Amino acid sequence: MSDATLQNVPSGKSIRGKLSRDDIIMRGSMIVIGLYLLITMAFPLYAMLSKSFSTYKFDLAAYEVQVSDETGTNFSQPVTFADLNETLNVVAETDLSAGSDGRLGVTQFFPDFSFRSPVNYRLRNTSDTGRFLVGSTLNDATDWVELDSNTFRRVQLRPVEARGLDNFRTYFRTPALSNSIKNSVIIATVSTVITVFLAFWFAFALNRSCMRFKGFFRLVAMAPILVPSLLPGIALVYLFGNQGMLKELLFGATIYGPIGIIIGSVFFTFPHAFLIISTALSISDARLYEASVVLRGSPWRTFWTVTIPGARYGLVSAAFVVFNLVITDFGLPKVIGGQFNVLAVDIYKQVIGQQNFEMGAVVSVVLILPAIVAFTIDRLVQSKQVALLSARSVPYSPSPNARLDWTLFGFSSLVAVFIVGILAVCQFAALVKFWPYDLSFSLNNYQFDRMDGGGWGSYYNSIKLALLTAVIGTSVIFFGAYLVEKSNGFRTGRTLFQMFAMLPMAIPGMVLGLSYIFFFNNPSNPFYFIYGTMAILVVSTVTHFYTVSHLTATTALQQMDREFESVSASLKQPTLKLFSRVTVPVSMPAILDISIYLFVNAMTTVSAVVFLYSPKTSLASIAVLNMDDAGDIAPAAAMGMMIFYTNAAARILHLIASRGILQRTQAWRKR
Amino acid sequence: MKTNVESSYLKIENLWKFFGKFLALENISLEVKEGEFICFLGPSGCGKTTLLRAIAGLDLQSSGTTLQGGKDVSNLPPSERDFGIVFQSYALFPNLSIEKNIAYGLENTGRSKDEIKARVAELLELVGLPEQGKKYPAQLSGGQQQRIALARAIATNPGLLLLDEPLSALDAKVRVHLRHEIKELQRKLGVTTVMVTHDQEEALAMADRIVVMNHGVIEQVGTPTEIYREPSSLFVADFIGEMNQITATAGAGNKVRFGSAVMESAPHQFNEGDKIIAAIRPNDIIPHGDSAHSLGKDDRVETESNAIDVEVGEMEFLGSFWRCRLRHELFGNEDLIADFSINAVRRLELSEGSTMLIELPPTRLMAFAGSE
Ligand SMILES: Nc1ncnc2c1ncn2[C@@H]1O[C@H](COP(=O)(O)OP(=O)(O)O)[C@@H](O)[C@H]1O
Ligand SMILES: [Mg+2]
Repeated sequence: MSDATLQNVPSGKSIRGKLSRDDIIMRGSMIVIGLYLLITMAFPLYAMLSKSFSTYKFDLAAYEVQVSDETGTNFSQPVTFADLNETLNVVAETDLSAGSDGRLGVTQFFPDFSFRSPVNYRLRNTSDTGRFLVGSTLNDATDWVELDSNTFRRVQLRPVEARGLDNFRTYFRTPALSNSIKNSVIIATVSTVITVFLAFWFAFALNRSCMRFKGFFRLVAMAPILVPSLLPGIALVYLFGNQGMLKELLFGATIYGPIGIIIGSVFFTFPHAFLIISTALSISDARLYEASVVLRGSPWRTFWTVTIPGARYGLVSAAFVVFNLVITDFGLPKVIGGQFNVLAVDIYKQVIGQQNFEMGAVVSVVLILPAIVAFTIDRLVQSKQVALLSARSVPYSPSPNARLDWTLFGFSSLVAVFIVGILAVCQFAALVKFWPYDLSFSLNNYQFDRMDGGGWGSYYNSIKLALLTAVIGTSVIFFGAYLVEKSNGFRTGRTLFQMFAMLPMAIPGMVLGLSYIFFFNNPSNPFYFIYGTMAILVVSTVTHFYTVSHLTATTALQQMDREFESVSASLKQPTLKLFSRVTVPVSMPAILDISIYLFVNAMTTVSAVVFLYSPKTSLASIAVLNMDDAGDIAPAAAMGMMIFYTNAAARILHLIASRGILQRTQAWRKR
Repeated sequence: MKTNVESSYLKIENLWKFFGKFLALENISLEVKEGEFICFLGPSGCGKTTLLRAIAGLDLQSSGTTLQGGKDVSNLPPSERDFGIVFQSYALFPNLSIEKNIAYGLENTGRSKDEIKARVAELLELVGLPEQGKKYPAQLSGGQQQRIALARAIATNPGLLLLDEPLSALDAKVRVHLRHEIKELQRKLGVTTVMVTHDQEEALAMADRIVVMNHGVIEQVGTPTEIYREPSSLFVADFIGEMNQITATAGAGNKVRFGSAVMESAPHQFNEGDKIIAAIRPNDIIPHGDSAHSLGKDDRVETESNAIDVEVGEMEFLGSFWRCRLRHELFGNEDLIADFSINAVRRLELSEGSTMLIELPPTRLMAFAGSE
């Protein structure tokens, strides 16, 4: 049976399978969810990309003007504004570049202009790309328009759009902007090195020693996941800021800048690195250790020849995940970055501060590149890790070693103090009257309705968003994963879908949010109506956190017997019945995991939604940002801690619910 | 003109299956009669499952037709065909009770709740597990799960039962026991059945007819006895039962030549001088006594040319017979393996190192093309 037999081409005509009703339903559903991803991911990103190449320029040669004499008749020969500018030089070449909203008055081309003069003007576009406003009426025809002086005062030229690399050229020629690349890479690199180092030893202590209180340490290590990334920034301001208690420890250096960003980044990325490295360490093979001991390797040698190589994929993967998290994070540098510019904040400043959407898009494109590289490498490494996991068997169980155990205990305690300390500072600051001058107890900082930022309403909005994201996101993502994993044939469709599902992870939240503005905030878009509503927040959050959820669902589905669908079809039962009666109940643990993941992230996310909330849909995490911005730091800390407690409560509820549901639906797991 | 009185229930014609460029099934044609028990037998990876899945419509063939009950089902999806299937993994729904598993295919078929209940009870009875309905699959043993999977597959009385290695996940004892039960059940129901297995014993014990497959082609189709007694190729001969293989050349007429010796053999088509492999099964070798040791009054050599004196090498007692390694210069360095009854070994006083007379009966001495 080699390729040689391929010459005996089969005689009969090839078979084209008839689709069953189920096949049609499943393909249809997959196309629907695929379209969803297209609309919520691909189209917005395309809109953003094309925006980054859009330049707007006043084309002075595109207009002709005629001026009358004092009687209002006898018009002069038509001249273009370009001709006029050549002699007068009132508008410099650089001022001709503009944003999409740019406007240019025309009276400056007529030094003698007076709005009371009886002189009349005639104006026309020389080509159909030319556009000018008279008051608020747009004129894009090439016919002459006659205006008196008073009206002519209100004429404004509009820039014409062109494609090109001009924006990028401007970006790289403006040091204030392009320096951020260096800044971002530096803080991401330093944070990565520190976090991975700390997380490795912490995970090592939990997996490879007989240290006490492991359960407690594990719990503490995961706590940072429950708060927005900007919360450690607030704690650092309290500790080391201008009125900080421990300010002296910095020896004159300022916490507002790289130092603050790095410390805060270590805090919020720690659990991610810890989880990945811990998994890698927990699967190392005991047999290798035995071999090393038999060969009389010193512990140090064993460490370098067995432990590190065994965990190397975990270390590399953790490094890229942390790098990605730090370089794309917006909240923390916004709060504590001071004058130190980083890419994610630049996007915000360009868009919200300067309304320069094109430049915002350019920074987004710049930010997406390292994110995609880090993401790709991480995926490659992860797939190797999986192979490792299945190949290995004998788990390693550590034996007591007093000196090592106590050293690691000391180290882990320091890390725990750091994590708990940051949270405690926020909570403490939230509960006192006026840090650090009046430390008496007060609940004033919880009167959010008196502050800028949306008040308690934003907190309830956040809960609403988190619940909607959890319910809708879990349903869509799990069903989507089911379709990809379990439908027949349709190879191209499934591969495409899988690609789309992986994409969101590589897209930084700021970029996603901005691209939504470009795509959805456009009256000609049929989905324009969701702009400014809760719906767009839900959609963006689901999309933002799609990939991890999708992978969780896929993994769970792959563990299920591949023949369930075949059996169901042979029994002539609809696949959807199988889905609801077997697949969903059996996957309940994964489904619950996905929903809590989405809930927690919806509560804490800032980056994508910061561009998309409206006054009516402000969120708790945004409120933290805005209150901090307005100088209400204590209320910001209070709100941040509300998010923490909500997430902690949600996790506990999730745990109880999982236990309950598992007991009911998974009774069959027990013998 | 009527040719085939017995109608075939399942008919496969010129079926090909490619996985990309890889040819998994090559021009398969096969007929299965109504009520017949067919086994696909062959080494792992030869395409048995692929053929079964094509028949079920689970993985459509690249080309070729399948007729079931006279109807062309070649391109129908599984849900529009008429079959029940049992997989090696059983694929029982783990979160549904045994009853619900069996009832799964009965729902939405216009049966009332009571009817379904009665049918489930009947099926549980049929597979010998009447008390287990409320349990979950994980609470049953492998053999019990297997029977539940079978009950679920036949619940709706499908016209065709497909079994993909249904017994290979079980331990040997349960396997032998279940073999009989499945065969019994199949006879009782009269359902046309196709079973895939790589275990020749299983196929010989259960099948009405065996389809021996190798590398994506059908090597031979026949009853267990035909396959065993008259293998059409060395592959089949070697795969089913055991076979001594001796390098030889063809002689004129139905003869084979080992070095200087010429023996009569079963009819063959080779020309004189062709290189061939002569083959004989260990239990077809006839032991003979001499004057001192007689095996009874019928103990005489039938074909003088096929009798030789050999030296007995290693002997191994395998419970119901002795396996003996016999040496003779005609066979070179290879030992001839022969299975002798306990009785014969005792009467002939055979022991390692003794010599004895054996006969290779001409009808059992087969000639096959030698491999290059
Ligand atoms: N989905 C598939 N894609 C590619 N190759 C396959 C696929 N399924 C089976 N094969 C190949 O086809 C050959 C026959 O497989 P199979 O029918 O499962 O063998 P078996 O006889 O053991 O049941 C094997 O070489 C296998 O690797
Ligand atoms: Mg198989």
